[in-house]
Amino acid sequence: MTQQQALYKYSLRLGDNALILSARLSEWCSNAPFLEEDLALTNMALDLIGRAQAMLKYAGEVDGNGKTEDDLAYRRSEREYYNNLIMELPNGDFAYTMVRQLFVSTFELFFFEELQKSTDATLAAIGAKTLKEVKYHHLHAKDWVIRLGDGTAESNRRVQQAVNQLWMYTGELFEMDGTDALLMKDGIAVNAEHLKMGWIQMVTQILALANIELPADGYMQTGSRMGIHTEHLGHILSEMQYLQRAYPDATW
Amino acid sequence: MVVPRFDKEQILDILATIPDPEIPVVNILEMGMVKDVVIGDDGYEVIITPTYSGCPAVGMITADIRSTLEAKGVVPTTVRMVYDPAWTTDWMTDIAKKKLHDYGIAPPLHSSCNDEMLGNNTITCPRCGSERTRLLSRFGSTACKALYKCDACMEPFEYFKCH
Repeated sequence: MTQQQALYKYSLRLGDNALILSARLSEWCSNAPFLEEDLALTNMALDLIGRAQAMLKYAGEVDGNGKTEDDLAYRRSEREYYNNLIMELPNGDFAYTMVRQLFVSTFELFFFEELQKSTDATLAAIGAKTLKEVKYHHLHAKDWVIRLGDGTAESNRRVQQAVNQLWMYTGELFEMDGTDALLMKDGIAVNAEHLKMGWIQMVTQILALANIELPADGYMQTGSRMGIHTEHLGHILSEMQYLQRAYPDATW
Repeated sequence: MVVPRFDKEQILDILATIPDPEIPVVNILEMGMVKDVVIGDDGYEVIITPTYSGCPAVGMITADIRSTLEAKGVVPTTVRMVYDPAWTTDWMTDIAKKKLHDYGIAPPLHSSCNDEMLGNNTITCPRCGSERTRLLSRFGSTACKALYKCDACMEPFEYFKCH
């Protein structure tokens, strides 16, 4: 693997994470519990789509074969997608979506804090921009998880259930492979493993305030680094890519 | 035919006529979105930066810049988007903040992002001037605004988030 190939894959990964979580959050549009929350979820989806656009555009430039961000979003199949599995899981109930937001945005607080120091100027610039936005995502998720967890018996039960179900998808966030190793040598990639301690501490603190128990460490699901996904990603792509698949090169 | 040449100042004057599509009382220069104008041998390049990465107005702003400049004979023009350094509300001019306030949007407080994160900012109601306001939602009708309510005049209002 050359550095160019590694950088292409790394940018795809970051772009795919943002794109797929954005698709999931967008599904809440007009379905959220109340209007302000509807706006909040779609606002965050918008931040994510902007990040996906920037990352995939850069991936296309690094690849150097003239692919645009749209080509990369609409013309790759599941096995060519590298988003973490947690991003593609169906929304579940509102508690489930908020717990995922908490896990992901807490990770991203730490991740983009580091990525903004990358020696790759483009990744650093997108990282700095993203960090500002992620801070709001994190506060939002944290407020809701505490409010629901420390709420009624029913809302507490649902948050606890979501935490239990999502926990095994959090290990993948910190996974690293040859791509990371190669890019880390030149200070381009973030050492994700190093972020785990801080993440656990912050999540533990928040869940304690929410009267939620941390699940015991157990099996962690993996696969996305190799493009192996849950059955859910294909359904997202079939909807998202339909137009470009049915009418290639359609524009308006 | 002699193609007229424009200097940077003339181009900036033209760009100052382009409103922000979502908050039309302010223009794109006052918003701090125009980073530079580069005049080359074969054309003009306008460098802009987005307020938020997913800001849907960017496409329209890009189109507006090109069409407005072309209409004035500033051709050929390209628009390039950069992310570094990341846009901050500190780049908004005082005039822009005053205009936002008069439009009914509470302007961002200067360099107060960390306080804002902790909820320590006091936001003044742009309608009645009261400080008895409270946050309804950190996310408003556009990516750059939060929703507030004034407990004095009871009116809801938007606050341009510090960023």
